[in-house]
Order: sequence, then structure tokens, then C-alpha cells
Amino acid sequence: MATSTQSVVTPLSLRSPRSLLQDVLARLLKDPLVVLCVLYLAALVVVAINPTTFAPLSYETTSFPDKLAPPGAYATSDKLAGFRYVLGADRLGRDILSRLIYGTRISIAVAFLGAGISFLIGVTYGLVAGYSRARIDNVMMRIVDIIYAYPTLILIILLQVFLTSLAQQPAENLNALQRSLVTLDTRSGGLFFVFVAIGAVSWLNMARLTRGQTLHYREQEFVQAAHLVGANDRRIMGRHLLPNIIGTCIVAETLAIPAYIYTEAFLSFIGLGVQPPMPSWGSMIADGYGALRSAPHVIFFPALALSLTMLAFNFLGDAIRDAMDPKLRNR
Amino acid sequence: MLRVIIRRLLWFIPVFFVVTGLTFVTMHALPGGPFDSDKTPPALIQQMEEVFGLNRPVPEQYLIWLANVMQLKFGPSLSARGKPVEGFLLPGLAVSAQLGLFALLFALAVGVPAGITAAMHRGSWRDRSATLVAIIGVSVPAIVLGPVLQYIFALRLGWLPVAQWASLGEGLMPYLSHIILPAVTLGAGLSAIIARLTRASMLSVLGEDYIRTAHAKGLARRTVTVRHALRNALIPVVTYLGPLAAAVLTGSLVVEQIFAIPGMGRYFVTSISARDYPMVMAVVVLYALIIVGVNLLVDILYTVIDPRIGHGN
Repeated sequence: MATSTQSVVTPLSLRSPRSLLQDVLARLLKDPLVVLCVLYLAALVVVAINPTTFAPLSYETTSFPDKLAPPGAYATSDKLAGFRYVLGADRLGRDILSRLIYGTRISIAVAFLGAGISFLIGVTYGLVAGYSRARIDNVMMRIVDIIYAYPTLILIILLQVFLTSLAQQPAENLNALQRSLVTLDTRSGGLFFVFVAIGAVSWLNMARLTRGQTLHYREQEFVQAAHLVGANDRRIMGRHLLPNIIGTCIVAETLAIPAYIYTEAFLSFIGLGVQPPMPSWGSMIADGYGALRSAPHVIFFPALALSLTMLAFNFLGDAIRDAMDPKLRNR
Repeated sequence: MLRVIIRRLLWFIPVFFVVTGLTFVTMHALPGGPFDSDKTPPALIQQMEEVFGLNRPVPEQYLIWLANVMQLKFGPSLSARGKPVEGFLLPGLAVSAQLGLFALLFALAVGVPAGITAAMHRGSWRDRSATLVAIIGVSVPAIVLGPVLQYIFALRLGWLPVAQWASLGEGLMPYLSHIILPAVTLGAGLSAIIARLTRASMLSVLGEDYIRTAHAKGLARRTVTVRHALRNALIPVVTYLGPLAAAVLTGSLVVEQIFAIPGMGRYFVTSISARDYPMVMAVVVLYALIIVGVNLLVDILYTVIDPRIGHGN
């Protein structure tokens, strides 16, 4: 950007020109906390992809004599002789560490897929609305405004109840589309519908942001130039507008990830999320909440995992936003 | 100004129809009915459905519901022996509103001063620690913070009650001691957001020329900060009060659940699973009204803080 002119004015800051991406990466990796966050999240992803390798037990192995066993206790039953509950056991005698590891899968999946769905719908919608002429834009954005007046969490709950009640229907009552959706949902342990519910409401912000950005860039010279050389609308949107907008959108989406993780955890907390015995950090917190007085460790570890993960995403989002801020360049 | 208010109010009409229509259709598309249970004989269910008009086509039911709402009748609760829905919701709303108000006050009382301090001492340890606390604040969700506060202050230290609710009629101390933990749980995340917002907007205002002018003409640092900088820096914060109030509303659903508070949040989840159609509809209308109302309030507040906005078109 301004590097070349500045190097003329102040020879001290003379340096080889770098692309924005290189600049951003360099600045990000200088911060040890950011590196820590990236490593932590990368570890979560690895664990989430392959929980069976890391979890000592299955998430549904119960051992009633060991219920609410404190961290570090050894299993009492013969079946699990010599097994040690590193983080203790929950009220059904299930190993908390194993359930925590399987729960990682849910939170990480929601983080990336929720963000993916909202990004895809929101950016496309906003781009089309912003690029279209006044009337289409108006109608599209009024639709967004109306859905906005609907309290998000309530819409999610309503959708979730609707979708899970579909899953509980006998198969012959459903049409082909519904049946394939339900199959997808049962295969993913009730996870799929959580994505749909979260994704369906969270694209609104992204759509608004993208539209605003599109309006800003639409009138600039390079778009007019593209029109002049005969590029069609799709090409202008995809090749000229999108690359300019996408950075801002990615930052906004990263900052929205903790909200997706929390929404899933909350849904599972009130029993509308993933179906038991599949563990989610939210449902584990709900489990542990009942034993808050007698066995606080049951709630402690999932609560810690949830908070740390949200913290890491928040921190990373903030850091990326700062690193991409051109005003802070050359600092 | 009046035109803005009127336009806002008119805007509620399409919102109302879409929100209620969508909810109505979704609710009636849910399998099962309000009177389903193993023991009720089918004949009785049929009779009940006739009494409440549930055997009519859904569009007709919607029109009937609309006509009743125009007379401010939200209908009988189907799961509570036909008592009017308002009888449940209004006391619940009163409780939720008190909780929300305390949470907002807490959030503003912590967030605004923290943001100002951070901005005034930019780059110092105060700024860095405030920023760090704020980022932790937005990362610890209510379902974590609530139980942690309960464990520390109620179970371990025994200073405050674990859960439940005491109305103001039971005395000021019991009232405050019951509301403080849930209000802090609800307000903590918001205070962090407000602190970050205040800091950012304060920083940008402090760089303005008129601040330098104010300093140059010899005004006290305090006067410049409060009269010149803060007043302008608070505009984005006020703008944010709208979404904030919405967050308080939905957030109180969580907090009420954790602290066993008889607010209106619980009616929402239970009424959906009980297929209590009139209750669901009333809750949705109430929520939408509150959100639209708060946004209107924000628009008005706006012109009070920044007179320039009101004089435009």
C-alpha cells in the first residue's frame, strides 16, 4: 500500500514490499499468545477428528460403582480393573476425560461448520443484495430486518424442537426429503439439526456486513472498468467484488465463532442439542450442575474446556482483526 | 423526530405478521397436540380440541387468533386448565424485567468506567489488564459463570442464596441478595462488550481536534474527558443498547433456568414442548414488541445525546 511512498520519505522504514497476507501472518506469529491459541485450537481439531485414538474409554461406558469418582481415582469394578479416571467420573460412572474428548468433536464441528454455513449464505446473500438494483436490494434487506426482529435464540429453539420432532416420527410418516434429513441427523448423533438451526439464523449479520461492503466497492472505478471490458455480473461479483470483501468477512466470521459454540452448548444444556448419550460440553455442564455441591469436578472440566475454547477463538479473532488493520501497519 | 417514531411504529406491522405467522405455522406443523398424554381418551381429546377451536383449519385459527389479539386477548393457556395466558406472562415479565434492568445497570456501571480508564491510559498495565479481563469476560458464558458464582458465593462462602427469587415485598435485603448473582451472571458478558466498545470509541474521540482545542484553552483534564470526550464517545454505546437489550432478553432465558427464577423465559421452552399454542404466540409477540420498543427508545435517546442527528431528515 503506502510502503513505497513512505520509504522515500523516511529511509529508516525501507523494506522489501510484502503482501497483506504475509504482513498479517508475520504480525500474528510475533505474538506468543496468538501462537498458543493456534496450537491449542489445532490440538482440539486433531482430537476432534480422531477421538477414538485419544479417548481412553468410550463415551458411553458406564460403571455405576464409580459414579462421581474424584479425579485420579482408580476404577473399582473388575471390568475396568486398573483404569484410572484422570479427570474423575460423572454421575453414571462414565470417564469424564473420554467424554470431554468426544465432546470436542461437537464444539469444533459447530465452530467450523456453523461458521461455514453462515458465511456461505450470508456472503452470497449480501453480495447479491448489495450488487442488485434498488428494488431487489430493498426487498432482500427487509427480509433480513424482519428475521432480525425475531429473537435469535427463540428461533433456534423453535427450529430445533421442530427438527427433533421430525426425527422422532415413524419413518413411514415422512416424505423422501424429510427421511434423508433425519437419516443424516441420526448418523451425526443429532448434530446435523443443531447446525441447520444455528446456520439458518446466524447468516443475517454476515449478509448485512457483506451488503455494506458491496455497496462501498460497487461504485469504484475498477468495477466500472470491468463493466467496460464486458464482464458479466457474475464475473464482477465473483472476481472483482468478492476478493475485496472477503477479508473483512472472514474476520467478522472468526469473531462470531464463540457465539456458535456457545449456542450449541446452551442448546445441549437445556436438552435440545445433541441427543444423549452423545456427549457435548453443554450437556456435560448440565450433568455436572446437578452435582455442583457434592462433586464440583464433574462440571469444572467441561466448563473449563468450553471457556478456554471460546477464549481462544475470541483472542484469535481479535488478533486477526488488529493484524489486518492497515492503520496499525508499520508499527 | 416524530416521523422517525411513526415510521418505526409502522415497521412493526409487517414484523408482527411475519413473526406471528411464521411461529403459528411452525407450531402447528409440529407433530402432537396439547392434549396428548397416554391417559386421555381420544373422544375427550376431540372434545377439547373442539372447545379450543383446534379442529379448524390453521389459517382460520390464525385469523381468529388475530381478531382476539386486536382486543388484547391472548387466549387461554392450553396446558394450564384454560387460564388466560396473560396471567402467567405478566408476572413473569415483571420478574424478567427487573433481572434485565439490574444486569444492564451492572454492565454499564462496570463497562463504561473500565473502557474510559483503558482508553485514558492507553498501552499501560491498566489498559492491558482491562482488555484482558474484557476478553475473558466475553469468553465465559452464563452456563459456566452461573454455576461458578453459585459454587463460590452460595455453596462455599454461604454469603448469598444459591437460587430462587425474592420479590421486593419480602424486604430489600432478601430481594437484593437473590438478584445479585443472576444479574452479575447476565451482565458480565455485556459489561465486557461495553468496555471494549467504550474504549475503542473513546480512543477515536480523544484523537479529534476539538479535544486538543479544549485542552489548549486550558480546561481541566476532567472537564475535557467528561464533557467533551465522553459525551461523544457514548454514542456508539447507546446505539449498541438495542442489540444489548435483545441479548439480555434471550440471555435471561439461560440465567433464569440456572437460578430457578420465575421469569418469562421458562414459559417459552415449556410451552413449545407442551404445544401450548396461545402461550407460545404471546411470548413471541411480547419479545418482538420489546425488541422493537427498545430500538425505538434507542433512536430517541440518540437525538438527546447528539442533537445533530435529530435535525437532519
